[in-house]
Amino acid sequence: MNLKKHVKLGLSALALSISFNSVAAEDPIKVGILHSLSGTMAISETVLKDTVEMLIEQQNAKGGVLGRQMEAVVVDPASNWPLFAEKARELLAQEEVDVIFGNWTSVSRKSVLPVVEELNGLLFYPVQYEGEESSENVFYTGAAPNQQAIPAVNYLMNEIGVERWVLAGTDYVYPRTTNKILETYLMDMGVAKEDIMINYTPFGHSDWQNIVSDIKRFGSAGKKTAVVSTINGDANVPFYRELGNQGIAASDIPVVAFSVGEQELSGIDTGPLVGHLAAWNYFMSVDNDANYDFIDQWIEHTGNDEAVTNDPMEAHYIGFNMYVEAVKKAGTTDVDAVKDAIIGVTVPNLTGGYAAMMPNHHITKPVLIGEIQDNGQFSVVWETSGLVAGDAWSDYLPGSRDMIADWRKPLFCGTFNTATGTCGASAGEMAAEAE
Amino acid sequence: MSICRSLTLLLIALFSLLSLPATAQEDDPGKALLINLAEAPASKVEEAVNAIVSSGDERARGWLEAYGNNRLSRVKDTGQVVLVLNNRGRDWEIADPLTGENMGEMSRRELDRVAINNRIRGQLEGILAMLDLNAKDPDVREASAQDMMGKVDASLVEPLEAQLAKEEDAAVRNRIEEALAIYRVGEGNLEAVDVLAGSLHPRARAALNEAVRGDNEALAQRAAKALESIEQKLQLNRAAETLYFGLSLGSVLVLAAIGLAITFGVMGVINMAHGELIMLGAYTTWGMQQLFPGQPGLALILSIPAGFMVAATAGIIIERSVIQYLKGRPLETLLATFGISLILQQLVRTVISPQNRTVVTPDWMSGSLVINDALSLTLNRLYVLAFALIVFAGLMLIMRKTRLGLEVRAVTQNRAMARSMGIRATRVDIMTFALGSGVAGLAGVALSQLTNVGPNLGQNYIIDSFMVVVFGGVGNLWGTLIAGLSLGTINQLLEPWAGAVLAKIIVLVFIILFIQKRPKGLFPQKGRAAEG
Repeated sequence: MNLKKHVKLGLSALALSISFNSVAAEDPIKVGILHSLSGTMAISETVLKDTVEMLIEQQNAKGGVLGRQMEAVVVDPASNWPLFAEKARELLAQEEVDVIFGNWTSVSRKSVLPVVEELNGLLFYPVQYEGEESSENVFYTGAAPNQQAIPAVNYLMNEIGVERWVLAGTDYVYPRTTNKILETYLMDMGVAKEDIMINYTPFGHSDWQNIVSDIKRFGSAGKKTAVVSTINGDANVPFYRELGNQGIAASDIPVVAFSVGEQELSGIDTGPLVGHLAAWNYFMSVDNDANYDFIDQWIEHTGNDEAVTNDPMEAHYIGFNMYVEAVKKAGTTDVDAVKDAIIGVTVPNLTGGYAAMMPNHHITKPVLIGEIQDNGQFSVVWETSGLVAGDAWSDYLPGSRDMIADWRKPLFCGTFNTATGTCGASAGEMAAEAE
Repeated sequence: MSICRSLTLLLIALFSLLSLPATAQEDDPGKALLINLAEAPASKVEEAVNAIVSSGDERARGWLEAYGNNRLSRVKDTGQVVLVLNNRGRDWEIADPLTGENMGEMSRRELDRVAINNRIRGQLEGILAMLDLNAKDPDVREASAQDMMGKVDASLVEPLEAQLAKEEDAAVRNRIEEALAIYRVGEGNLEAVDVLAGSLHPRARAALNEAVRGDNEALAQRAAKALESIEQKLQLNRAAETLYFGLSLGSVLVLAAIGLAITFGVMGVINMAHGELIMLGAYTTWGMQQLFPGQPGLALILSIPAGFMVAATAGIIIERSVIQYLKGRPLETLLATFGISLILQQLVRTVISPQNRTVVTPDWMSGSLVINDALSLTLNRLYVLAFALIVFAGLMLIMRKTRLGLEVRAVTQNRAMARSMGIRATRVDIMTFALGSGVAGLAGVALSQLTNVGPNLGQNYIIDSFMVVVFGGVGNLWGTLIAGLSLGTINQLLEPWAGAVLAKIIVLVFIILFIQKRPKGLFPQKGRAAEG
């Protein structure tokens, strides 16, 4: 009897909870997260998955959006570029997510592009990249070259008086394009060809002896020399270690890096690196209450007192809030309505300013130059006086000069050539062709 | 300059007198100096620093050092300038710069850092070096004189000359003279060029190069001649440097490959998880450093046996659970161990973290051994080179002089015969595999000092390891040593003119062609064992 009663009670409770759940989950906003949780890129991308999850949790605590809860759908593309496309298709076609936050490397984004365009999805891409792209369905919340590389070079040239340049990078599309832009820019500014040294290394390069020694030699020509580094991820640690060991101090030859953030520094002893530079749009050390709140939430979310925040996390923070605002503005999660609504949406960033979504699907950002400190953080030494709007098509590359992107009607084109007055192929078509 | 400086000092003194008339007598002049520094706009920072220097305050060095290290902050509410002792985490430990008294912890939100940039830091280094020129230890004096090179400006010439007059140590004198000469070359002094003619220091070269490009023709000619003689001396140093780079890269290759030379070379097991055994060794180092916080050196030394044991145990588990069932089926072994390698990587990602771990380099391994100004050998690589040779010698001893080595050789040459002589072949298999794996662990301990400790560590070395073993001749430890060192040297010789990417490709192509010509590598196994 007693047992029966218990079972009955349990069953009805179960039924109740099921029906309750189905009411609440009637129509959640599904947020796809497309970041590698295994493989080589897991080192960078795992934290971005956690960031989006945290933002969703917070939004839900605030009552969701349009009275609807948000729900994360996490997939693992395992650092495998073709798998990114498959997983994106799975998210859009099977899970029917309303929006995707994802990707890190450019090659993974290029692999996803045709899928997102075909199935008309929304993708927020949070990492600084080489530009030369603007898709109807992608929102680029990381920096374009004119929001990171060019201001950093200006800083070195005008504030430090650098006359001789080493452009060192990992051998893939982002450093190659960025260095091409920088080379053209430097030559336009009157730097002689023999004062520019370009060097590429393979992914995960760990033996920097010769290159650092070369840089040292290049730097002893009597002109102030600086290294502009687009060296990616892991390879930075042995590079900086070798710099320290060979006694290259920041006051002799400063290194300004575009891919070294707090995350990368957390893997090394930063003592010998003090004074070397990085250019980003956000630093964890930015002295601002919004930022401190974000850090506190992040530490609480991860349960790790030592957890660090970095630039792509801020980009997701901005992108997520922009999406939420756009959905509120459109009053629906319908992709086309959100796409229209999001242009012009302005949300606070974490550095005390505002980020606005431009018609070319890039956002406005401040550019900060930070010096590495001995506690693995950066201290801001310089920043642009105002916000810089992301430029999808660089002015310093032939063929790209005349291109503009504008996703407002009537132009509604990501590859509009102002010289010929025609709209080229979409980013997804170009990416598919390149394969 | 010095007039300007004393004027500032005077003004500051006046200012502090005016603003605090009542307490000026007892009040610390340092307070005003620090607040002046904290409040100075970018253009006035230099003056503020000079004021501190010329105050003659004996705490000045500490303040400036803290300033250079970003450790000077201001409390937002009170405006007090404080020293930050520990700036990790959310609450920072601070101290009073005037009394040195510890003020406990304060939230970083309450603190404003006194800003500094590279230009000021460069000058600060010059100033601190100047202060250090009075140190007792001649090594400190020499180092600070070296720091002065290229940083001398008009205001420092006089004090430096005074320093030179009373300096007795020859090496320090030499440095000060060079530092002064660099400044004078910039001013167009011809004799100064001759002082720099013998110097290999990059800053001396930089100064001469600048002179060559300058408008002063006589100076340019003289500088060009001096540069020529320096260039000749540099040639030799560069050759020595490249050789060292090559040997150092080679020693890393040898270390990574030598464990494989035993499991693959001697036993014939294609172990794709070899890289992950290296990774385990590196993580052991990290683990030991967590166990002994603050003693990275001790932890590193203890990691040598620990890393060996961890990797050897993992090796035994792999051998017992998988490899023994796949004897004589190389293709299946390859696939199974590749699977194990993926499992181990993801295990580390899930259990520890996908992020890299910080392994601290102990002080005695950082920096470099300075031979002369143009040639210095980085210490961490020097240690790794020595370690590789010791490991190699140890392995040779085991294989040649111990009973285990004898049994291993017997079993690999003729398994059936060895068994019939009473050797327990299974036990020998386990021991050999454990030995090879343990050595991989040792490689991991060494690599933790050179590269990232992360889940991908092993993948970066597995291909190189196979390359070295195959090139050297399977089953031959000497071959592995020679192959590793020569591949490293070839790579470093090619790198300066071919670039890192192309150098790697050329080496690979070279090995492919070599293997076509001599399929058994540099030192093929001879005798019946080779056919077996």
